[in-house]
Amino acid sequence: MAKSVVGAIDWITVLLFLLLVSFGWMNIYSASYGEETFSLLDFSKVYIKQGYWILLSIALVVLTQAIEAKFYERFAGLIYVVSLVSLLGLFVIGKNVNGATSWYAFGPVGLQPSEFAKAATALAIAKFLSDMQTNIKIVSHQLKAFLIIALPALFIVPQPDPGSALVYVAFLFPLYREGLATIYLIIGASAAVLFVITLLVSPIWIVTIVALILIGLLIKKRKNKPKYGLYIIILAVVTGFCFSVNYIFNNFFEQRHRDRFNIVLGKEVDTKGIGYNTNQSEIAIGSGGWTGKGWKEGTQTKGGFVPEQHTDYIFSTVGEEWGFLGATAIIIIFIALLVRILLLAERQKNQFSRVYGYSVVGVLFIHFAVNIGMVTGLLPTIGIPLPFFSYGGSGLWGFTLLLFIFIKLDANRVNEW
Amino acid sequence: MRKLLLYLIIITTGVIFITRLFYLQIYNTSFAALSEDNAIKVIYDYPQRGAIYDRNGKLLVTNQPSYDVMVIPRELKPFDTLEFCSVLNINKELLIKQLQKARRYSPRVPSIVIPQLTKDEYAYLQEKMRKFTGFYIQKRSLRDYNTENASNVLGYIGEVNDGLIRKNPYYLSGDLIGMQGVEKVYEKELRGIKGVKRIQKDRFNRDIGPYKEGKYDTLPVNGKDLTITIDEELQRYGQELMKGKRGGIVALEPSTGEILALITAPSYEPSLLVGRKRSPNFTRLYYDTIAKPLFDRGVKGEYPPGSPFKTITALIGLQEEVVTTQESFYCNMGFRYGRNAKLGCHAHRSPLNMVPGIANSCNAYFANVYLRTINKYDTPQEGIENWRKHVESFGLGNYLGNDLSSGSKGLVPTANYYNRANRYPQYKWYATATISNAIGQGEILATPIQLANMTAAIANRGFYYTPHILKAIDGLPLKKEQFTKPKYTTIDKAHFTPVIEGLHQVYTHGTAKSLQVEGIEICGKTGTAENYTKINGKRMQLTDHSVFIAFAPKDNPKIALAVFIEHGYWGSRYAGKIASLMIEKHLRGTISRTDLQEWIFSHNLEEEYAKPYSGQPFKINK
Repeated sequence: MAKSVVGAIDWITVLLFLLLVSFGWMNIYSASYGEETFSLLDFSKVYIKQGYWILLSIALVVLTQAIEAKFYERFAGLIYVVSLVSLLGLFVIGKNVNGATSWYAFGPVGLQPSEFAKAATALAIAKFLSDMQTNIKIVSHQLKAFLIIALPALFIVPQPDPGSALVYVAFLFPLYREGLATIYLIIGASAAVLFVITLLVSPIWIVTIVALILIGLLIKKRKNKPKYGLYIIILAVVTGFCFSVNYIFNNFFEQRHRDRFNIVLGKEVDTKGIGYNTNQSEIAIGSGGWTGKGWKEGTQTKGGFVPEQHTDYIFSTVGEEWGFLGATAIIIIFIALLVRILLLAERQKNQFSRVYGYSVVGVLFIHFAVNIGMVTGLLPTIGIPLPFFSYGGSGLWGFTLLLFIFIKLDANRVNEW
Repeated sequence: MRKLLLYLIIITTGVIFITRLFYLQIYNTSFAALSEDNAIKVIYDYPQRGAIYDRNGKLLVTNQPSYDVMVIPRELKPFDTLEFCSVLNINKELLIKQLQKARRYSPRVPSIVIPQLTKDEYAYLQEKMRKFTGFYIQKRSLRDYNTENASNVLGYIGEVNDGLIRKNPYYLSGDLIGMQGVEKVYEKELRGIKGVKRIQKDRFNRDIGPYKEGKYDTLPVNGKDLTITIDEELQRYGQELMKGKRGGIVALEPSTGEILALITAPSYEPSLLVGRKRSPNFTRLYYDTIAKPLFDRGVKGEYPPGSPFKTITALIGLQEEVVTTQESFYCNMGFRYGRNAKLGCHAHRSPLNMVPGIANSCNAYFANVYLRTINKYDTPQEGIENWRKHVESFGLGNYLGNDLSSGSKGLVPTANYYNRANRYPQYKWYATATISNAIGQGEILATPIQLANMTAAIANRGFYYTPHILKAIDGLPLKKEQFTKPKYTTIDKAHFTPVIEGLHQVYTHGTAKSLQVEGIEICGKTGTAENYTKINGKRMQLTDHSVFIAFAPKDNPKIALAVFIEHGYWGSRYAGKIASLMIEKHLRGTISRTDLQEWIFSHNLEEEYAKPYSGQPFKINK
C-alpha cells in the first residue's frame, strides 16, 4: 500500500506557485480593467476570465495529486502520442486567431494544444531516458531522444508559432544532465554566438579570424603532432555555417523577423516604428523607479501604450507599478522556484522523476529568460508567455500540469526504496 | 559539474536581469521623464489612391475628397447630443450605437462615427465641430469615375470590416479598401502606404511636439497608377449592344492575353457604389436575384459551350490521328448510335468532310470523330481521361490563374465523373454515354472568358497567354511570367490550319454567312446551347442560349472573343451579330452596317426572361 503522500508534498514549491499566480492576476487586472463596474459574470473582461482559469487550475492541481504517481510513467508514451495528434489536428480543425492556427475552439473558450505538449514531451523524454536499455552516450539513442523533442516542435512551427517551438531547446538540459556529451552544448552555444556575430559583421571577417585562431593553436601545439584534418574540418564547418546563416537570414526570414534582430543588434535605426512595443515596454519599466507608481497607478499601463500588455508584456506592468523592488522580487521568486525544483530533481532516486524534474526546470527557464529578455529589450521580440503570470488559460493550465505532475512524482518518493 | 551547470546558468540569468532592471529603473532617468503622463496622439496621413487608366491612356478612375467624423471615446466630454445630431443630420439612436461600438473597439484609438461626408457637408460642419471635444474630422479620398462602364472590371472600394482589421494591423476602423475587381486584386499597389505621426502630449493634453523627435514617424507613400488592358471605347460599345439582354462578352488580344473588353449584362454604373449611397445601392443590386447585376457573367457564368466546342473535337481528332481532313461522314438529319438513340442535326448536304463539317456545324460529323477519339483506347475511362487532357490544355475546366477578383472553374468531366454517374463498376458505360461532349452540350461547362481564351489559343495556332487585366503599373509594363509566357496546348500547330479554314467558311458559306464584314477576314463559330433551369423545384427547359466565338483577322489576329446571350436562341441571332459588330468596332473604329447595329439596339429579350416567372405556361425557342 502506498503511504499517504499529502504530507510529502513540497509546500515551498506550492507556495512559490501561488505567489506567482496571484501576483500575476493582480497585474493582469491592472493592465486590463476599465471604467466598468466589477462583475464576476462579465466574461468580456480578461481579468475575470483569468480568475476563472486560475480557480479551475486548482481543480487540475487536485487531479494531478489524486492520480497514482506510477500512472504518469506508465502512460507517458500514450500521453505523448495523444498530444502529437492534438497538434496535428490543428491543421484540420484549428481556429485561426491573429494569423496563427494554434487553437481549438470550444464555444467561447479556446484551448492551445502546444501549451500542453510541453508536459507531454517532458513525460516522454523522461520515460525514454529512464528506460534500462537507453544509453544517451550511444548516437542512435541520442537521435531518438532528439526526435522525441523535435516532433512537437516541428508541428508547432508551421502554425506559425516559432516562439513556442523554440522552447523545446529546453530539453537539452535533462539530456545533458543524463550524460549527453558536453561537445553538444559547446557546439550549440558556439552556433548561437556565431549566428549573432555573423549578423553583425561580414562572414568573411569571421572566417578569417577563426582561421587565424586555428593557425595560432596549431603553431602552439606543433610539437604534439596535431590532427591537421580536424582543424581543416572545423574551419570548413565554420565557413559553411556563417555563409548559410547569412543566406538564410537574408532569403528565408521575413522582413519583420530581420527587423527585430537588427534593431536589438543596433544594426538598423528604427525609423518605421517597428521597435515601438519594446520601446514602450522599456519606458513603462524605466518609469517605475525604486518602488513603482503603485498598483493600478501605472500611467503607461493605463494609457494602453504597451501592446499585448496583459499577455506577453505583463512584466512591464510589474516594472512600472511595483518598481525595481517589485520587479526584482519577481525575478528572485522565479529563480527560487527554478532552483527549488532543481534541488528536488536531484534528490529523486527514480531516474524518471529526475529527468522529468530537469525538463520542468528547462521549460520554465527558457520561458522566463526569453520573456523577460524581450520585455527588458535584451532579446528580439519572440512572443512566448511568462509562466503562471501572463494572461491565457491554456498557458496557465499547461504550466500547472507540468509543475504539479512533478510535485506528485516528488511526493511519491516516500514510496520508493 | 553536470549538476552545477544549470544552477550556474539560472543564477547568472537572474543577475543579468536584475542588473538590467537597475539600469532601466534607477540608473537611466530618461524613461521616467518620458512617461511623465506619456500620452501620444497618433495622426495618420492618408496617401492618394492610385488612378486607373484604360489601355489607350484614358483616365477611368481618380479620387475626390471626402470627410469622416471620427471619435476618440476616452477624450469625449459631455456634449449637446441634440445639436450634434441636427448638425450632422442623423438620429440619436445611430449616434448612441456608433459611440458604443467605438468604445468597444478601443477607448484610445479613433473610430468612425459618420463616414464619407461630401465637400459641402464638410464646409458647414467645420465651424461647429470645435464645440465637440473628442470628435474630429479625418480627410480621406473617395473614388471618382470618368466612365459609366466596366464596373465589373474596376470593382469598388468600401470600409474595411472588423475581421480584416483584426487580421491585418495596417487597416484601421474607417479605412477604405478594394472590395472587388481591380481595386481588390491590386489593393496593395493602389493604396500606397499611410504615414504616421506620433505627437507627444503633456499631462494637460497639450501637444508638445513630435514623440522622440519623430524617430518613429513615417511619411505617406502615394499609391501607384494602374493601366488596365480594357479598351474603354470597346467596353462601352459592348455594353450598349448588350442593353436589354443578359450574358457576357469577353474580348482578348490573342498575341498578349490582354483583356480588351469584359462585359456582363445587366450591369450598373460604377459611381453607384461610392460614398454614403454605396450601402443602399449595393443592397438593391444584391437583392435583385433574378437579373443579378452584381454577378459577372463574363467570368463567373458557367454555360454549356455548345457548337464552338466542335473545333476542339476536330483538333483532338486530328492530333489523335483518328480522322483525316479528307474523310467524310454521312448525316441523315442526325447520328444514330443506338436502337432508339439519335443525336439530331439540321438539313444540309451530306456527306461532309472536316472543313464544311465545321462550316455547317454538322452534329453527325463531330459525333463520329468524338467516338473514334474515345474508342481509340481500350476502355472509355482511358479515352475520356486522354480527351480531358487535351481539352484542359486549352484552359477549360480551371480558373486560368488570371488577375481577376472572381471566376468560376467550369467543368470538364473526368472518367470518375461518369463512373459515379453510371454507378460503375456495377454498370458498365460506353463512349456513347458521353456523346453530347462532341458538340459541347453534355456535362461540359465553360465560362465566356474560358471560351474567349480557347478562341485565342486557336487564333494563335496552339498557344495562349493567360488572360489578364493589368497592363502597366506607374507606366512600367507588366513583367509577371505568369502573363508573359505562352502556354502551349497539346495540339500540333499544323492541325489548326484546316480547323481555322472551317471557321473562316462559317463566315463565307456557313451558319454566319449573313454577318460578313467587308474586307475583314473573320473566323468564327455559332452555337446554340440547350439549357435547363429549376424554378420552384421543377426542372424545365428554357430557350436556348445564343453563343458565338470569333477571331479576326484570320492571319495575325488582333481580337478573339466569345459572346454569350442567355436565351438568345440560335447562335447567329444575337451573339453572332454582336460579335461581328465588336470586331468591326475594334479593327475599324467605326461601324459600316448601321442597320445591323440598329437591329441589336432595338431588340431586347426582356420578354423572354420574364416568361418563366410569369406563372403562365410558355413556349420556348420562339
